[in-house]
This record gives sequence, structure tokens and C-alpha cells, in this order.
Amino acid sequence: MAAVRVEAVLAAAEEQEAEKRRSITVEKELELEFDLGNLLALDRNPPPAAALRGAGPRREALLRALARDNTQLLQFARLKGIRRRKKTSLVWDEQAKEWRRRWGYRRAGGDPSRAWLAEVPAGADPEEDQFARLRREKRERVARNELNRLRNLARAHRAGSTVPAAPLHPTGHQDREELRRVARVARVSTASLGRFQPRLPKEPAEPPSRSGGKKRRFDPLLGNLAAERSRQLELLRDMSSKKPVLDITRAVNKQLRQEEAEAAAANKGKKQSKRGKRGRRQQRPGRSGKKSGARRQQQQQKPAVGG
Amino acid sequence: MRPLTEAETRAVFEKLGKYIGENIQLLVDRPDGTYCFRLHRDRVYYLSEKLLKLAASVPRESLVAPGTCFGKFTKSQKFRLSVTALDFLAPYAKYKVWVKPGSEQSFLYGNHVLKSGLGRITENTAQYQGVVVYSMADVPLGFGVAAKSTQECRKVDPLAIVVFHQADVGEYVRNEDTLT
Repeated sequence: MAAVRVEAVLAAAEEQEAEKRRSITVEKELELEFDLGNLLALDRNPPPAAALRGAGPRREALLRALARDNTQLLQFARLKGIRRRKKTSLVWDEQAKEWRRRWGYRRAGGDPSRAWLAEVPAGADPEEDQFARLRREKRERVARNELNRLRNLARAHRAGSTVPAAPLHPTGHQDREELRRVARVARVSTASLGRFQPRLPKEPAEPPSRSGGKKRRFDPLLGNLAAERSRQLELLRDMSSKKPVLDITRAVNKQLRQEEAEAAAANKGKKQSKRGKRGRRQQRPGRSGKKSGARRQQQQQKPAVGG
Repeated sequence: MRPLTEAETRAVFEKLGKYIGENIQLLVDRPDGTYCFRLHRDRVYYLSEKLLKLAASVPRESLVAPGTCFGKFTKSQKFRLSVTALDFLAPYAKYKVWVKPGSEQSFLYGNHVLKSGLGRITENTAQYQGVVVYSMADVPLGFGVAAKSTQECRKVDPLAIVVFHQADVGEYVRNEDTLT
């Protein structure tokens, strides 16, 4: 009788305890898949995402329900009577009879470096210089703070520069840079690290180097000389195939020579060489002037080509 | 020492092409051996394969010059041809200028060639074309750039510059210290 009652009481107490504490059992539609090799538990249930979107009291209630309340720390604080105090930024300085900062420029307690009295503390060496000690401690404090600040910065920077876990399927809210980054990650995540991946129509042809373009890489000194020669010959062929520039000047010179030949022939026919020349000058006003034929023609041609 | 990159090779060939045109092929592809271009301390050298293999075993700081220096790259990556390339380029030169004996010395001192010192000039030379300067005895003296085309050379007055001086063999004496 007593055993049964004890058991019943214990069971009831357990139930009460379980009710007091939040239940940790969760209902899942699909069973979790376990990968024991990697100690991985895979949950293929769709998340209750619908309720999370958009602000509102419903969302608040949902989140509050999920949050951890009544932690040990909170319990401890309540027990001890510790309450969060809001600190004021300004403090009343009695000596200066005005509101001063809590710390920093013109702080409430006066400039600590101008302290004219430094008591020897109880356990200290009477011969020690207290002012020197205060200065040293301040220097150490500053150095320690600086070190911690730099460490924090480094930690933040390291955390920030790693590729954030962007979703590999496109959401509607990714900007161009993020998409580019994700595309690069996707390209490189093949077995050959993206080396044989065909490029999309508008993707840039040359892939950026692994070192981020910092170190230049040259051909080996004694590499395949025959291949080098053939490459150079091809380069020469390419270079020589696009050379229409000289033709203009050559054509002009040819033209000039022709005209001179004609003029010489004409002069030989008529014995009046001087009048012929003058006559030529008068007939063709464009010919006279200090500029010679080829250059003038070139200048005429050039703006046409350039424009 | 390293091979030239694509851009550097293009710059060198463009410069050489101004003087010898498509005959660069004969420099690149020679029947009597494999020759190549190498860069050492911003200077471009032309050397045979055998010499290259020997020079490869010399430490970089101790190596003064492998092969023949054709020119150097300036700080802004422009290629500047030097007189030490004359022996290789003179036989293939497309446009030549012959200088009279009187003004030979003037050219060897670094001055430009005036119309009065001009002996012969190849027909069809365009203006600003790269030329090789010879003495009347067909001895190559150096490089230049034609300041006037052949047609204009005939009409211009005797004191006008017809060839701008680029490099001459007198530099072997004048710039003995800086020449490689």
C-alpha cells in the first residue's frame, strides 16, 4: 500500500516538474536522417517560415515562445537582488560645481595625471616611487586596451571577410556583387575546381588568378623553344596582317611622282619652262604654299581618318 | 632572366618591324640554329639556345649580359633600340640612308643628318620611317628615323634635317660604361 502510494506521489511530482519546465520533446512530421560517420542529423521538414515573415504581435508572440526565458543567470540575479542600473552620462562635480563627464576630457574627478598626492598603500615598499607606479600602470592599461581593441578588430575583420553563407539558389534580394560571388563559388565547387567549366555567354573570358592577381607568373626560362618560336611567328603574322597605315603615304608619294613625271614631260614638250611653272602655279592655287604635297595630303587625310 | 611576355614581345617586334619590316621572321626562325629573346634587368637580349643553356646556370646578380643586347625597356615600358643590335638588323634593313664622308663624323658624334650630308636614300621612304644609316662605303653606322620622305628630301633646303639620329656606332666609345 505504502509502496504504491509512494510511487503514485513520485509520479505526480514528476508530472508537476515536467509541466513547470518547458517540454523539450518536439513533434516532427518526417523522421530525422542520421549520418553517423559525420555525426550529422538531417532534418528535412520544411520550416514554419510563413509565420516569421512580417512584423506584428503574432511574430512577437512566436519568437517569445521560442526564446529562452528564466535562465539560470536571470534566476541568480533575481535571487541576489541585482538589477540593471542605467548609468547617467554626466555626473555632478562638487568641487567644480557643475555637471561633468563620467570619464574623458574634463572628467568629474579632476585630471588623474595631475594628482599631487599619492598615498603609499598598506602592503607596498616604502621606498617605491608611487607617482612612477601610477604612470606605469596607466601605460600598461592603455597598452592592454589597445591590444584588445586590435584583437577585436582582427576578429571582426576575419569574420567579415569569409564568404557569408549566401543561399546558392537565387532569392529576389541579392545584389550584383553577391550574385557574382555566389557564381564564383558555384563555379569552383566542382571536382576539378572549376578548371573545365564552360563559361556563360557574358562571363568574362579570363578567370582571375588564385592569388588575386598579386604575383606575376612568367613562362619558364628554358621552356619549349619550338613552341615559343611558333607563338612568336604567329604574333608576327597577326601584326603584319593589319597594316594599312603606310599605304596612304605611299599612295601620296606615288601620286606626286606621277605628277612630277607629267610636269617634266610637259616641260620638255614646251620650251617655255619658266612660264610653264608660273602658269602651273596660277592654274592650281592649292599647289602653292610652303607645305609640300605629301604632308598636305597627309594632313587632309588624317582628320578624315581620325574623325 | 626570363622570357618576354606577350605584351613585351609585341612592343619589341613593333620596334624592330619599323626598321626591318617582315624580315623579323628571319631573326626568329633561323636555319642555322634556335635563337630566342630573353629579358634580363629590363634589357632584351638575343641569344642562341646553346648560350641560353649556359647562361641559365649563372646566378642572376653575377650575370652581366647573355647574348647580344637589342635594347631596353624604359621605366614606362617603352622599348628603346640600342646600337648593339646593328649587326643583326643591318643586313635585313628595308630603308637605307647613305651619308657623305664629310658628315659621317658629325653623325658619329650624335648629330642629326642634314640634307647637305645626305648621299643616297632608298626610294619610297615614308616620313618617320625607321632607317639604317650607312657610310658611302656601305659600312653600317647606326639607326635613324627619316624626317622627310624621299620626295620631300629632294625639294628641301640643304640645312634641313633629313634623318633624326637614334643610335650610332660612336656610342661604343662615348657611352662605354653604360652599354651592355
